[in-house]
Amino acid sequence: MNAPFVIKGATIVNPDAMFVADVAISNGIITAVGEALEADLVLDGTGCYLSSGFVDLHTHLREPGKEEAETIESGSRAAALGGYTAVVAMPNTDPAQDNVATVRFVRDQGVKAGLCEVVPSGCITIGRLGKQMVPYARLAEEGVTLFTDDGTGVQDALLMQRALAIAAQLGVTMAQHCEVASMTKGAVMHDGECCSSMGVPGWPSEAEEKMVQRDIGLVRSTGAKMHFLHLSTAGSVSLVRAAKAEGLPITAEVTPHHLALHDELLRSFDPVFKVNPPLRTAEDIEALKAGIADGTIDAVATDHAPHAGHTKEQPLDVAPPGMLGLETALGVLNTATVVSPQQIASLMSWAPARIAELTERHGRSIAVGEPANIAVWDTTSVWTVSRDNLSSKSRNTPYHGMDLRGRVRHTIFNGEIVVRDGKALK
Amino acid sequence: MKHLLSTHDLSVDEIVGILDVADHMAEINTRALPKVPALRGKTIASVFFEDSTRTRLSFETAAKRLSADVMTFMASSSSLNKGESLRDTIETLSAMGIDALVIRHKSSGVPQTITQWTDAAVINAGDGWHQHPTQGLLDAYTVTREFGTKDSLQGRSIAIVGDIKHSRVARSNIDIFRRLGAHVVVVAPPALLPSNVESWGVEVRSTIDDVVGDVDVLYMLRMQLERMDSAIVPSLPEYCATYSLTPERAAQMGKGSLLMHPGPINRGVELIVDPADVPGSCILAQVKNGVSVRMAILFSLLGSGATSVLQQGAES
Repeated sequence: MNAPFVIKGATIVNPDAMFVADVAISNGIITAVGEALEADLVLDGTGCYLSSGFVDLHTHLREPGKEEAETIESGSRAAALGGYTAVVAMPNTDPAQDNVATVRFVRDQGVKAGLCEVVPSGCITIGRLGKQMVPYARLAEEGVTLFTDDGTGVQDALLMQRALAIAAQLGVTMAQHCEVASMTKGAVMHDGECCSSMGVPGWPSEAEEKMVQRDIGLVRSTGAKMHFLHLSTAGSVSLVRAAKAEGLPITAEVTPHHLALHDELLRSFDPVFKVNPPLRTAEDIEALKAGIADGTIDAVATDHAPHAGHTKEQPLDVAPPGMLGLETALGVLNTATVVSPQQIASLMSWAPARIAELTERHGRSIAVGEPANIAVWDTTSVWTVSRDNLSSKSRNTPYHGMDLRGRVRHTIFNGEIVVRDGKALK
Repeated sequence: MKHLLSTHDLSVDEIVGILDVADHMAEINTRALPKVPALRGKTIASVFFEDSTRTRLSFETAAKRLSADVMTFMASSSSLNKGESLRDTIETLSAMGIDALVIRHKSSGVPQTITQWTDAAVINAGDGWHQHPTQGLLDAYTVTREFGTKDSLQGRSIAIVGDIKHSRVARSNIDIFRRLGAHVVVVAPPALLPSNVESWGVEVRSTIDDVVGDVDVLYMLRMQLERMDSAIVPSLPEYCATYSLTPERAAQMGKGSLLMHPGPINRGVELIVDPADVPGSCILAQVKNGVSVRMAILFSLLGSGATSVLQQGAES
């Protein structure tokens, strides 16, 4: 049992209201919300917002298989520092999360680390090879609610249709990495002017939009829930906007880097800016922001993708795609876009908790009796990102040396203070 | 100028300056003893991660005529086969104390990337589809000297024919030709045009017949036969029917117009005519000029800066 404590002076961010109050926490539960609450242990929340802890729909923790890049413990620590109380672990591990044993292993390692809830996703196909379906019902019994072959899209339309039909029966969600592989062979970056003059193979916007379009059709015919991962193009936003207007059960996420960074950064040939889907153009960034503003985009998800140093010290076309994101997500979102505290809480906590079906414990209002999964953060303090000061095992942040506005001060997971004053306590 | 990574790094004045120095070098190359001590004591490593005959030998000849010491690194016989990383390879070579790295690599951007791992001057001898700046400079030298217009290509039209998309030569040459004032036309099948070609500032035509009689320079690119295997052009005969220089087409070339090719030639593919039969062919002049221009580049990067030292060999 943890000692009772109080977070004083923060502005509570709930879906229906924002107000200044102290919050008392004991035994994992919010025990009081009000004025002048006292306890032996007091955390300062003045100048901060206090919301339900963030939920990341898209985290690569690399364990099992690539522990030199990240472990579930190091990734959980990065998550806690970013204000996350739950992260959905992407299934492209080795072995892949296409079986009960691996899913249990990932969840248990998360429990052992004890820094946030690690929620394993499941693959759509065995080994993410796009050929054979995984035992969805068996994995759903294990608590898997989100299935994805992230890192690659499911190319076979018939298989995808059948997987969605099963998902509809089970009530689980299929999450698609939208990329028509035949159009992106060897692709390094967005297929635009910059790519053309740099002489590298391009990743055209159409390769994403064609699969978004296909899957909207499959959702229409199966009625299954579909979540679109890391949308990056203006065309994708338009397609999803129209599909939602039709009432289809579709949700969508965007990453902080697709809101903040554009393809011109690749002119340096620095693989730290290589990511899949690739950084796009200023017009795409504006369209993604408009998607956030009108609710077409439900969630901001990090696609946190650690890579060991030597793997990013290769030629641009050889280096693996992916960038760190957990510790910088709030700052990047708040710096790159104009969003209110309630929008931040919605994009980073409430909506992703609903999409991953974690609302029993995460993404809830701050009120008496609620589970104490809490993030305390501000939108004003300016800090300079240094790849040397991040807690991830890898250093591949594209924001090194950049100033961000907005930072997480405290993170409370299951009633325990895991981050205090920006420092991880374990 | 510390490195030569891309033609975009050079101002027009710098381009013209290098071509002027190349004139001095061309004079040295006509001497009975074509060698000057301008780079004595300098060590130049030619580091080729991708096969090349003419570019590597051209650089090594240029370095030796300036009295530099030359080390040759060939990927096929190197520790790369033992799994050594690019960074370790470059740091190891640099630790031996070299003044310049002449580098070729199949990946675009590698010359730029390695500048962070070495203090030596880095000279791009061709990277992926990206850039081949010394080819661009030697071709600009060849065209301006053939036409006797020295610093300018104003009023000239140059057609580049073939696989533009995958060509580092096209990217370097188009940039330099345009900035010296030429009008550049590209001729290629749709799948071999770069995406966003409209941002390149060139005219696009769809067959060689559209340009062959009109342009001052016909620049034929090498058509890589492996491209014929994928769904890029329907077949080799189909490609040749629209894009190859046949004897009939060569006969339509304007009087005084030039035929150029960066080599190696795929005879029977882009050139069905024997270039020896084309009066305006300067393909061998390109190779000869390549030595002078590369001498000028090495001297500009590593030399004292004073062209008077180039007289030393003549006096000794």
